Amino acid sequence: MKLQRFSAGERLVHRAVAILMVACIATAAILYNGFLAVPIGHRRLVKLVHVWSGYSLPIPIVAGLISAAYRADLRLLNRFRPADWAWLRSRRRRDGTIRVGKFNAGQKLNAALTAGSIVVMALTGTLLYFPDLVRLSWRSGATFVHDWFALGLGLLVIGHIAYAVRDPEARRGMRTGAVSMSWARDNHLAWADDFEADDSEAAGSHAVAEAPPVR
Amino acid sequence: MDTTTGSAGDGTPIGRRIVLGLAGLGVAGILGGRAVQERLATWLAPIESRDPTGLTSLLPLGNAFRFYSVTGGVRHKSAADYRLDVTGLVERPASYTLAELRAMPQTPLVRDFQCVTGWRVPEVRWKGVRLADILDVAAPTASATAIRFRSFDGEYTESLTLDQARRDDVIVALEMLGRPVTHDHGGPVRMYVAPMYGYKSTKWLSAIELTADVVPGYWESTGDYDVDAWIGESNGREDDPA
Repeated sequence: MKLQRFSAGERLVHRAVAILMVACIATAAILYNGFLAVPIGHRRLVKLVHVWSGYSLPIPIVAGLISAAYRADLRLLNRFRPADWAWLRSRRRRDGTIRVGKFNAGQKLNAALTAGSIVVMALTGTLLYFPDLVRLSWRSGATFVHDWFALGLGLLVIGHIAYAVRDPEARRGMRTGAVSMSWARDNHLAWADDFEADDSEAAGSHAVAEAPPVR
Repeated sequence: MDTTTGSAGDGTPIGRRIVLGLAGLGVAGILGGRAVQERLATWLAPIESRDPTGLTSLLPLGNAFRFYSVTGGVRHKSAADYRLDVTGLVERPASYTLAELRAMPQTPLVRDFQCVTGWRVPEVRWKGVRLADILDVAAPTASATAIRFRSFDGEYTESLTLDQARRDDVIVALEMLGRPVTHDHGGPVRMYVAPMYGYKSTKWLSAIELTADVVPGYWESTGDYDVDAWIGESNGREDDPA
């Protein structure tokens, strides 16, 4: 049995954000590192791609709000419960003692840190791109913040990709929208249980059965 | 104790607090980041300079040069094939070799390199020929009021008025950071216009052309940055000059 994890709209948001984020990081690497900046050059073009990718990045994130499934997942990501703190502290967080919902606390933390970093990158990037806006010392401060947040955000993205690489079923969930019940029970037990409860109550209103559900 | 991490509706909105907290941290960093940056750079400079792995250069520790190039690769010029042409509205056009420039009186400067986007490298050691000396030899005609700098990257240009160009802190730099200007820094010869933002200090300098009017440079013709690029007095209000 397959469980519906992400809607088509959510997957589209994820795809768009991923492409824009990679464009930002690739151009940032060229703009920042001398060993790339001098041979590749074309600073105006690289800067243009960087700035437009950066300003476009929040668009899919905000546009997703028209999707109810996306809004529901944002609510789940936003809310931390006592079990989330226990999960973060626990060394046995993967063994199922703590019943993890649709998102574990690490995913919630990653979502919040990434969203906050995007806000900061957009704000400081604006000050760097429009030098008339503020005085020089604030611009120096904005450079300082943009640099360090870029490092932090880059590490978050690398970590996110590293977890995805290790887990083909999680990737399948984001690519096709559905995951196996066994994966869900191993990683998101409370979420899997919700489906089973729904199953018995409402004949699989959310679950995607192998055969189309009878309505 | 509740051991479920997922139900909707209840729990604390930590995600929102993290986002707002980071935004606050970002604003604090904009206001106070420069001071933090300078302290960090002072503490970490000894580590950075002795780091055999070079890994610290990947960290944004600040006070380091960032390399800007506007074309796809600039060909290297050696002492043998380098020329600096002085052209335009002058009585005596010239074409200097590197050796001829080195033979002229050298002016040392220890001044900051300040980029318009905010980064700064403090107390850089520069050495080179005062532009005023080169202009005196060339003897600008009565109609010359400005200078156009060209780069052998084939693309970049910059400008100064004749008065700005005659300042003592405007040099045709042959040395930077205590050694000949490297290729990545715009060598073998680049401009250094100390009182102005870095984009005025043309890298890979190939020609000094006297013109009747100021011709806006590469970043200026598109309206990116101001033509009169005094540090702290242009591109967004006053501040401590470097």
